[in-house]
Parts: sequence; C-alpha cells; structure tokens
Amino acid sequence: MPEANKIAIQDFSFYYDSCRALWNVNLCIRSKEIFTVFGPARSGKTTLLKSLNRLTDLIFGANHTGTVHLDETDIYGPNVDLTRLRRRIGMVFDLPTPLPMSIFDNITYGPRLSLTNRKSRLHEIVEKALRSAVLWEEVKDRLNTSALRLSGGQQQRLCIARVLALEPEVLLLDEPCSGLDPISTASIEETLFELKKTYTIILVPHNIQQASRVADRAGFFLNGELVEEGPAYQVFTKPRDKRTEDYVTGRFG
Amino acid sequence: MNRRRYVTQGIATIFIWTGALLTIAVMLLILFQILKEGLPVLRLSFFLESPKEMGREGGIFSTLIGTATLTLVAIVVGAPLGVGTAVFLREYTRESKMSRMIRFGTDCLAGVPSIIFGLFGFVFFVIKLNLGWSILSGGLTLAAMILPTIISTAEESIKAIPYSYREVSYSLGGTKWQTVTRVVLPSALPGIFTGILLSVGRSIGETAAVILTAGSSLVMPTSLFSPIRTMSVHFYILAREGISMKMAYGTGAALILFVLMINMMAQWAINRYIRRRT
Repeated sequence: MPEANKIAIQDFSFYYDSCRALWNVNLCIRSKEIFTVFGPARSGKTTLLKSLNRLTDLIFGANHTGTVHLDETDIYGPNVDLTRLRRRIGMVFDLPTPLPMSIFDNITYGPRLSLTNRKSRLHEIVEKALRSAVLWEEVKDRLNTSALRLSGGQQQRLCIARVLALEPEVLLLDEPCSGLDPISTASIEETLFELKKTYTIILVPHNIQQASRVADRAGFFLNGELVEEGPAYQVFTKPRDKRTEDYVTGRFG
Repeated sequence: MNRRRYVTQGIATIFIWTGALLTIAVMLLILFQILKEGLPVLRLSFFLESPKEMGREGGIFSTLIGTATLTLVAIVVGAPLGVGTAVFLREYTRESKMSRMIRFGTDCLAGVPSIIFGLFGFVFFVIKLNLGWSILSGGLTLAAMILPTIISTAEESIKAIPYSYREVSYSLGGTKWQTVTRVVLPSALPGIFTGILLSVGRSIGETAAVILTAGSSLVMPTSLFSPIRTMSVHFYILAREGISMKMAYGTGAALILFVLMINMMAQWAINRYIRRRT
C-alpha cells in the first residue's frame, strides 16, 4: 500500500445493538483526493462517515469490530483524544445545521472550544474560513446577524466554513447538497475543487451525476458492504460488479 | 348528515368562546375588586414605611423586603438544583430505573400541598437544623416546593433542542460540558426562564409554608437568620384577624402590581434574548 493513504479501514464492521450497518469493510482513502461513497438509502454511508470521527459514540448500543487508522493512529485505540480526533476529521451533515447564534459565533464555535479566544485571531479565522467556503463576499457585512437568517445554500456553506475554521485534515461531507437548489449545489461543488488542494475529502454525493462530476475515486456500498471501489470514471462507466452496474445505470436505487 | 356537522361546529365555537370569555371575566373581576379597594391606599409612603400597630398604620416596607429576600433565596437555591437535575436527566443519563425514579419523585412532589412542605420545613429546617423561623428556613422550604416545576419545565425545554445541535458541537470537538453550557442551555434558556418565573410567582404568593418556616415577624430582617413576614402572609393576617381590610387590600394591590411588573420585565428580556439569536 502506498504511503499516501490518509485513512485505512480494515475489516471494519459496525452494529447498532444487534443490527448490522457495515460489514467487513476494507478501504483506503488517499491524501488530498475526493473519495465518494455512494449507494442506495440504508447502505451504511452515513454510518461509515460518522464512525470515522466517532460521532457514532453518541449512540447507545453502537459497537464495531476491525480497525480504522488515521495516518498512524488507530482512532478507536485506548489513548485517542476524541476532541483532537474530531478536530482533525471534520464533518458536514446532510441538512444545514447552523447553531442559533450569529454567523461569527458559528464559525468561531470550534476554535473557541480549545484553540483561542483572542478576538483578532478569531477575526482572521472567520475571514479565512468564509473565503475558503466561498461565502465571505455574501456575508462580510453582517457577521453579527443570526446564522438562521441565511438561505439554505448559504447555511450549508457556513457549515463547511465552520468545519474549515478548525483546519482539519479530512472533511466528511454527508450529502452536503441534499436540500439545495442547482445553483447553490454548483457553488458548493466549485468549493470542493478548491478544498481538494488542501484537504482529504470523503463525500456522500447527492446523486450519481454529482459523484461523477467531482470524484477522484468512488466506492459503491450496498447493505453495509463495500461492493466495489476504484477510480471514479471506471466505477461509473465500466463497473466490474453487476450490482454496481445496475445501480449506476439506474436499474434500482 | 352535513347539517349535523355544522351544528356540531356551531356548538363547539360557542362553547370555546364562552370558556375563554368566562376565564377572562373572572380574572378581570378579581383584579378590579382588589385594585378598586387597594389602589386608593397606595402612596409612596405606603411602600417605604414599615408597618405600625400590627399593620393597622404605616406601610409594608419590611414585608416587601421579606418577600424579596425569601423569593431570592428560594430561586438561588432551587433554580440551579432544578436545572442541574434536568440536565442530568436529559444529557448525562439514559432512560433508566434511576431517571424514572427521579421523574416519579418530582411528579409526586408537584402534587404535594404546600402546607406539607411547610410542615417538613418546620420539622427539618426550623427544628432539626435549628435554623429557627428565618429567611433561610423559609427560602429552603420554598426551594423544595418549586423544584418540581423547575425540573419539569427545564427538562421539557432541553428535550426540545434538536439533536443536531449537540451533534454539531461534538463534531467540532466539544466536550459534553461545553456542549451543555454553550449550546444546549443557551437554546433552552427561554423555557427554563419561564419555569423560574412561574416559581417566582408561586414563592411570592405562598402563605401556608411560609408562616410555618419563616414566621410572621414585622421587624425589619437583619440577616438570613431573621424571621420575616412576606406580603402574602401580611395580607392573610390583616384580613384573617380583622386588623384592617383597607391595609389588606392595599397590600394585595401592591402584590398584584409587583407580580405584573416582574412578568412584564421578564417577557421583555426573554423576547430580546430570542430575537438576538434568531
């Protein structure tokens, strides 16, 4: 395996109580690529993403077997600092989730938890994060208004900016465009290309078109199993597995 | 068949309107009666002078201080305990035997008449802990009495906070404590505040439990260990012992005006807070 692997998932299975959500997943995510995880509903995509920064810990009765390594660290190892792990692996959810506070406070929420409280530093962080998420120009004059007043697309870019403010190494994006119109979707996709230069991105795409537009590599999930993975163009145009082909060509899903 | 639907609709409308109007009418009647008799007594000196001759002359200053300090002690003790319990039930534990027991306990407490709390306060705080009839005994007793209200309103409003807020906070590297204090509690604050406000009203209006634990002294309190008389108790004694109906109505009117003022100020603060966040 090449050294450029950012995340290595080995023999990973995940259960909610006795209900199996992921089964024996082996997958490596390379540094600074956009890897898309796609498949029908309930195929384990969200569970996979949430288990990578251990948000699944919040759910009672969740357990797993197998290992996940981020660089050299076993993220389920006994000495893992959860707070630090979640700062290294940021997540954006499928629906915009602005907190009920100002735009400024939303972006600085993460940094204030542990990094800094210095006003000047926070201002730098906010501007940089909003610029990276291509939202700065739209909101720079009203950073103190409530984030709930932004439009859906702006809210979602705010959520991306909020994660970027922590300068994570990996971004988990769970259908970040699901509630958005085509124009907002386009601007978020543009943002993704920009972000790819610095971040490793794992994306659950909104649909296959989106996946084929932005992805470097892709993995197809079905009923918690990784059916097939490979370069995006190959998976989408010449899938090796019959089930992937059926899904990609729209025969089910 | 169709006619019957309209008849039902008509009857329901009349019923609901009558209910609403009756409620308002009763409320206005009470207000009117007390203000009519009480307002003429209200003068600045009435608020600033202490009662003389058992309350037949003078004002209500010492009872005003008594009410304020007693309520303050009750809230300062009761609110953190109650909100803490609610946070524990919602954020720190799952549904379990323990949480069900706590909830069952609070529900039972909510139904206990205040005189029982008074009796408990008398036996425990006044006698056993030897705090005597005092602001402290009374305040602690009232704190126990308002606890169920604060717990259940706080728990309800914490329950109403979307799970996604917590998920966001954790995903940005927040600890449980940071998530509770920076996201959950600020979002639940309006609801919690409403519960506290209800409790303030109950504390101000309580008589039975207060007489048994804080006494009914008209002397100006000098410390937390001084006995006091609250406005409600003052009103009760003035009317019940036939000391002076005029002064009783004056006290009643003052009481109503204070409660109204507190509520209006609190509403204003809550609305301002909500507007700032949304």
